[in-house]
Amino acid sequence: MRIALFITCVNDTLYPDTGRAVVRLLERLGHEVVFPEAQTCCGQMHYNTGYRRDAQRLAVRFVTTFAGTGADAVLAPSASCAAMIRDNYPRLAEEGSRLARATAELAPRVHDLSELLVDVLGVTDVGAYFPHTVTYHPTCHGLRLLGLGDRPYRLLREVRGLELKELPGAEECCGFGGTFAVKNPDVSAAMGSDKARGIASTGAEVVCAVDNSCLMHIGGTLRRERAGVKTVHLAEILASTEQEPARV
Amino acid sequence: MSSTFIGMPSFPAAARQAVQDAQLRHNLRKATHTIRGKRGEVVGELDDWAELRDAGRAIKDRTLRHLDRYLEQLEEQATGAGATVHWAADAEEANAIVTRLVRATGEREVVKVKSMATQEIGLNEALAQAGITAYETDLAELIVQLSDDFPSHILVPAIHRNRAEIREIFARRMAEWGVPAPDGLGDDPRELAEAARVHLREKFLTAKVAVSGANFAVAETGSLVVLESEGNGRMCLTLPETLISVVGIEKLVPTWADLEVFMQLLPRSSTGERMNPYSSVWTGATPGDGPQDVHLVLLDNGRTDTLADRVGRQALRCIRCSACLNICPVYERSGGHSYGSVYPGPIGAVLTPQLRGVQGSMEASLPYASSLCGACYEVCPVAIDIPEILVHLRERVASGPGHAAERAAMAAAETVLGDHRLLHMAQRAASAARGAVPRRLPGPGAGWTDTRDIPDIPPRPFRDWWREHEKERARGGGSGDAGGRTEHEGGDR
Repeated sequence: MRIALFITCVNDTLYPDTGRAVVRLLERLGHEVVFPEAQTCCGQMHYNTGYRRDAQRLAVRFVTTFAGTGADAVLAPSASCAAMIRDNYPRLAEEGSRLARATAELAPRVHDLSELLVDVLGVTDVGAYFPHTVTYHPTCHGLRLLGLGDRPYRLLREVRGLELKELPGAEECCGFGGTFAVKNPDVSAAMGSDKARGIASTGAEVVCAVDNSCLMHIGGTLRRERAGVKTVHLAEILASTEQEPARV
Repeated sequence: MSSTFIGMPSFPAAARQAVQDAQLRHNLRKATHTIRGKRGEVVGELDDWAELRDAGRAIKDRTLRHLDRYLEQLEEQATGAGATVHWAADAEEANAIVTRLVRATGEREVVKVKSMATQEIGLNEALAQAGITAYETDLAELIVQLSDDFPSHILVPAIHRNRAEIREIFARRMAEWGVPAPDGLGDDPRELAEAARVHLREKFLTAKVAVSGANFAVAETGSLVVLESEGNGRMCLTLPETLISVVGIEKLVPTWADLEVFMQLLPRSSTGERMNPYSSVWTGATPGDGPQDVHLVLLDNGRTDTLADRVGRQALRCIRCSACLNICPVYERSGGHSYGSVYPGPIGAVLTPQLRGVQGSMEASLPYASSLCGACYEVCPVAIDIPEILVHLRERVASGPGHAAERAAMAAAETVLGDHRLLHMAQRAASAARGAVPRRLPGPGAGWTDTRDIPDIPPRPFRDWWREHEKERARGGGSGDAGGRTEHEGGDR
């Protein structure tokens, strides 16, 4: 299958390991991977902060960039960016506009990593090896907007060496919320601190999620609190093998 | 809205204080998690909850689309049944109508059954100015009134108080308002409830005038409906001679068959009960039975403006169940007072700025008082897409004054993100400066670095690695990953 990568601006700039892991994983599974270099950002920050026009321009740019890739699927290793495209582009597009048509054509093919693997590629055992205790934080947009359900857990349960720990209060927001963390720092920090406490209580070495922006917030809190728990994107765990183990 | 709330600091400042109050956070966490759990259980009992939710949404939307017609029907039916209907465009008008009606009775005291509409318009303060004392008879409202406090929750206005605090309030203040608390009052819930019962019983038996709100108004018969747990509301609705009900125009349902849907949705969503203990319905006046002088004040106060907004109007579906408050992680930490209105939590964050406008700093801060996690939408029994309205209201705020710097920053960010070559240049500049990034950021970033570490900036972005990977692939090499795994310093980010 030909899969176009939307690596997202946050992953590209701050978490290139996630993008590399996605490429390694998909190529290992025998798929053709393309990265349209003109891609930038889905516009989520602008949209969620109230800058609709800016978001519209970025949305048009996104659909234009990805419409011509000839890919069977578009992978966004970020649940919130995938949700932005699927849920919010139709709201951004004026009725009958080019953006509306392009979104209707493209959006159904945009997937988060766990959806792509489980639903599209039909695989839960990706041959991964990750000998660590892991707890999974189901980020809000993965949980409620994409409705990922048990897909990430099914993938994690097939990873050899991995011990999965249940996270108390898993469905509660970590407090990142994009610009919420900047505009309401005290509430955001209180939410982050509670989330970090929940994670630490599991005794896991690693907390895993499908959104690096949430992991950035959680990881920044864990590190400040010297909790000793690492944050890792699901893609990095699934890409990890005995020959090339992920470093944690 | 209640004058008592106006002048509150904007949400982030008010929430900062609340977050630091460990007792408050403990009280809120305990209470919201308890109600949340009960709600989850009883909602889970119904196979057709999703259909009920859809029906609730559809009925409310249909009613709002034809609100003018149903309001006229309500007026006609209520008038025919012996009630007098009044129309109030805003808080001032509503307060003037109620004050005039109470004065006409010659009474100086009224009892009240909980009514958010009267809190919204600051009725108690307006009556006090006219020399009329209003006694709150809902237990939680009584606690709030006795302690000169504000309500902080839709269903449990005194949710921020624990029983030790309530005991202290009763012991200290009840005597000023009527029957004093018994000597040696303890903080056992039964004892506290008994003290309130004795205190309130005197009010019910002496009051000639009552003021109420309503959960629903049924257009086809002109009936008003109050659902409650304590029975105090029924005392107010049946014992006095004059009854004045102040009801928001969005409380309408067309028929009794429509009401049936909400009788299932509301108790389960609010108190986590299959059915609420007291459901009271009254239609005009009935000779020889109950209040003989019955008035209905239909309140607009910003609702028509809200109805005119295509996205925002869905907030008028709200049946005030408080499920969104009890699930909201922001409400749980910031408490109800931080929202500066009788409508706190997620629904308050979308309702208050619409009813009052976004010119004030408190109102302008409310659409940002959410991480957009979506839990409120998920639990809402009438499917109000609160995150959608929040973003919609942010657009309104962001285009107004006070946001020039943010607009410029967002436009600059859009310029960079609108061109992959500019983005790449910015990424390389960030990578080059990666050793020089301070641990504590200045300006808006300070709120982040006060409690969190910022991530390490990697030596190069993904797209640089991808180019090499492509070259490797073209040469028939491996993954192009040689040495790549150790490149990102600080894998523990």
